[in-house]
Amino acid sequence: MINGAAVGCIYALVALGFVLIYKATEVVNFAQGDLLMLGAFIAFTLIALMGWSYWIALPVTAVILAAFGWGLDRAVFRRVIGQPQFAIIMVTIGIGIIMRAGVSMVPQWGTETYSIDTPFSNKVVRFGDIVVAQEYLSIIAGTAILCVVLYLFFRRSRLGIAMQAASQNQLAAYYMGIPVKTVFSMIWGISAAVATVAGILLAPVSLIEANMGLIGLKAFPAAVLGGFGSIPGAVVGGLIIGIIEQLSAAYLPDGFKDVAAYIVLLAVLVVRPEGLFGESMRKKV
Amino acid sequence: MSEPLLNVANIETYYGPIMAIRGISLEARQGSIVTVLGANGAGKTTILKTISGVMDPQKGTVTFDGQEIQRQDPDKVMRYGLSHVPEGREVFPLLSVRENLMMGAYTRKDADGIAQDMELVYTYFPVLKERSEQPAGQLSGGEQQMLAISRAMMARPKMMLLDEPSLGLSPRLVKEIFEIIVRMNREQGMTMLLVEQNAHMALNAADYGYVLEVGRIVMGDTCARLKESDDIKEFYLGIKEHGARGKRRWKRKKTWR
Repeated sequence: MINGAAVGCIYALVALGFVLIYKATEVVNFAQGDLLMLGAFIAFTLIALMGWSYWIALPVTAVILAAFGWGLDRAVFRRVIGQPQFAIIMVTIGIGIIMRAGVSMVPQWGTETYSIDTPFSNKVVRFGDIVVAQEYLSIIAGTAILCVVLYLFFRRSRLGIAMQAASQNQLAAYYMGIPVKTVFSMIWGISAAVATVAGILLAPVSLIEANMGLIGLKAFPAAVLGGFGSIPGAVVGGLIIGIIEQLSAAYLPDGFKDVAAYIVLLAVLVVRPEGLFGESMRKKV
Repeated sequence: MSEPLLNVANIETYYGPIMAIRGISLEARQGSIVTVLGANGAGKTTILKTISGVMDPQKGTVTFDGQEIQRQDPDKVMRYGLSHVPEGREVFPLLSVRENLMMGAYTRKDADGIAQDMELVYTYFPVLKERSEQPAGQLSGGEQQMLAISRAMMARPKMMLLDEPSLGLSPRLVKEIFEIIVRMNREQGMTMLLVEQNAHMALNAADYGYVLEVGRIVMGDTCARLKESDDIKEFYLGIKEHGARGKRRWKRKKTWR
């Protein structure tokens, strides 16, 4: 159960990245999982190869990836805005593949698998009879902290509210003097940083390798389950998918674990297409 | 004579290959309300969008407060002190009324001034204060229009561009909104460029008016004189001398053609 929640947290964070970008720019970013992978590799380089401490490497990596996300928007996505959705999605998939291939070409990284030593590795916490690995707790705690920080940022800070404004009504945001293009780049940055944190939290549990970004494919149902475009929905959706996956691994025949997420996705699309937290508000023209 | 605050000279703006406005010049003096009248598709909104930078003119200049501002991004133009109240209100539906107003003041740094102006717009529109924590999407059309105007005020601009504030509102609300627009102009000395289909309201509120037809300005005069013009009376105000056609069997043509 706890393990499921922990894995779910990772899905939640990746789904959060999907939703942030989608809400603001209406781009479905299929490279989200690959941002996570790149973040994990950079963290691995800083920690394992250069010997930095975990606590320094974490924020530094997040900043590097935020800059990367920002740059990605400036260099690529700002230019394709206005093209058909289909074209933009192809661009994101393409960028994901480029990143995967690029990572495996870097000499120290390659196609091997790695792991990071963290302050939480190989330690357990006991709650009465239940033994839980600290790694999993760290994922849950990390996710919770990140969610609270993001929530406060979007609800309370001027810039955060401006980001909401820009995603709700671009034209009006322009009229208010909000630099919409810059705001969108910042959202890409935040989203990439969130993916990075997810990657680093995931690193001790799973292994770091070029294809770990495929976790994005599981996070996608999580985002849909929560109602694409709803931030709390993404988090809850991620948790549900993670827990269902673990339960089906435990109680159902082999193989159900991997398809469970998609079964849930199909069920949601049939029963409640707008998702659990779907917003009934449509963009008015 | 002093320089006008806003001076638009010979702008031509296109939607793709279609020329929407064909060489328009107009000006607005400090402290005045200037109105542009015109039917659907005459190019009224296009003029405002060209001034505020959403659309770029192919030719011509827009001078505001001594600076040329054509072909700049709208968020830059806004920083020169030109607030745009867009057609159809365009509030941020999921933000609360208060947050919408805060966004209006996004470019300002003076927290005290912002708080003061917030109180000021609440005195103009008390209903917004009652609803300050509600999401703007839940307001009625009239309240949203009030919010859109207030939001533009919050930037404490030198000039406001108002695009059809009467759109989709009941006659009573239209009257109320126009009264407040005039009050803002008198009390705050706010210069306004008002684009309207509702010629009657606009001519009563404004000092100077232009008449726009298919992308060209065909008349420009003080509103008092425009109201007396036969063409305006018949085609925009719908006032007809008793039995307008009289013995004429033909339809009257506009004399500016």
